[in-house]
Amino acid sequence: MLKMKGYRKNEILEQGHDAACGFHCIKINNISVKYGAQAIIEDINLHIHCGKITVIIGRNGAGKSTLIKSILGEIKHEGKIEFTDLKNQTMQDLKIGYVPQHINMEKNTPMSVYDLFASYISNAPVFFRKKHKLYQLIKERLSIFDAHNLIDKRACDLSGGELQRVLLSIAITPVPNLLLLDEPVSGIDRNGMGLFYENIGKLKYGYDLAMIIVSHDFEYVKKYADHVVLLDRTILKEGSPDEVLASEEFRKIFGTI
Amino acid sequence: MEILYKIIDLILPFSWANYNFMKNALIAILIITPLFGILGTMIVNNRMAFFSDALGHSALTGIALGAILGIINTHISMLIFAVLFALCLNNIKRRKTMSTDTVISVFSSLSMATGLVILSRGGNFSKYSNMLVGDILSINAKEILALLLVFIMTMIFWFLGFNKLLATGINETLARSKNININWVEDLFSIVIAIIVMFSIRWVGILIINALLILPAAASRNIASNMREYHLFSIIISVFSGVIGLIISFYIGTATGPTIVIIASIIFFLTLILRRSFK
Repeated sequence: MLKMKGYRKNEILEQGHDAACGFHCIKINNISVKYGAQAIIEDINLHIHCGKITVIIGRNGAGKSTLIKSILGEIKHEGKIEFTDLKNQTMQDLKIGYVPQHINMEKNTPMSVYDLFASYISNAPVFFRKKHKLYQLIKERLSIFDAHNLIDKRACDLSGGELQRVLLSIAITPVPNLLLLDEPVSGIDRNGMGLFYENIGKLKYGYDLAMIIVSHDFEYVKKYADHVVLLDRTILKEGSPDEVLASEEFRKIFGTI
Repeated sequence: MEILYKIIDLILPFSWANYNFMKNALIAILIITPLFGILGTMIVNNRMAFFSDALGHSALTGIALGAILGIINTHISMLIFAVLFALCLNNIKRRKTMSTDTVISVFSSLSMATGLVILSRGGNFSKYSNMLVGDILSINAKEILALLLVFIMTMIFWFLGFNKLLATGINETLARSKNININWVEDLFSIVIAIIVMFSIRWVGILIINALLILPAAASRNIASNMREYHLFSIIISVFSGVIGLIISFYIGTATGPTIVIIASIIFFLTLILRRSFK
């Protein structure tokens, strides 16, 4: 269980101020997911360092979300995920942050951004009273993505871009070792998308974490990704954005862009 | 109990409050309605209205099984069956082979039919028909105490588990990434609903119990803007309709449960109009 009591407020913030050192290494070894005899994904091997953005691309149904969910441990899978600190060669527990595609929330849901945020990071019941300390902490975390003005708004009234900035703040509180973003730009206009990738860039340089992003937007993939993985049940091609986007395998699946 | 009666005499010098059965009913309503108001908030939020309805229907099977197995206190057989029923529904829902609505429908129909078939054997069903609308006026002191225990238990769960429950309802994967054990949270919540429904169904009635769970929360949603307001308004609306419904039913001689439902419905429509005028 995540215990906020264990963290003092400043500790969380201090953690955030460590820039990526490049010495944290996440190895994803031989991940496979099977339903009966059918393999959804097979033999996925990835090697990820902190401070790097890995983008997964692939057609619909290629297993991108399945991969994300098996890394999160939500889906039963074969294979292992190892997290090593190369500075002293110790294995550590991997803390994973996750930014979902969408959240289940009907219009008219009486839940403020504070309620939403607090429900994920604190045990202090949000229906009872607003905790001042927690409120300040959440405000500070939201301000990383310039979302602190949203704290008292109803979460269901936010625009796609605003909601995403809130979800990003939740995902990095406390700062994880690996941040997973599942098609984070669906339902967001071009403007919001630019802002989103700017924020991702901010995380990359300011925080000690690795990122895996599932994306469809090749323009931004080119601009921001350090490593691109073309997935179709298994890894067809991986490498630098230019390498993958110019490859024969990429053309077969997406045509020429 | 005597002290409570005296207090009621003191602060409510009205003719309806002279009778002990009315005092009992009032106390019971003051325990049940806040509970329903609180629980309803998350039942509506997590779209479990259908689920709680099915649980209510399963009460019939619980009674029937109790009758067959010769368990004299049908409360126990009802409770055990409802808890098993809830956990079973959760389990099937998680396999994601059918839509949740369909699963619940199938099981709800089956359990209600089973209950009706068994209880109507030999044309005896009329004996149980008061289960359908409930009879809060027949509650006694011991049963009120049981309700109070359920109330305390629910409040403990609510204070410890509410955030996790909310988080799970919003996005399971996100909740999991924050190390929340979502299956555990869901199962516990279902068990709590099952216990409350089973303990109050005799007084409120199978046909009405879901309305009492859903209406106050649904009305509160129309005017609340955060979780604190949501709970507060839901409790106020629930208690208000409960007490007013009880008094009105006394004076015009109607069944209490349905009268409460009508009051709560009226409040729901009022809040709907309020919401429109806000925007």
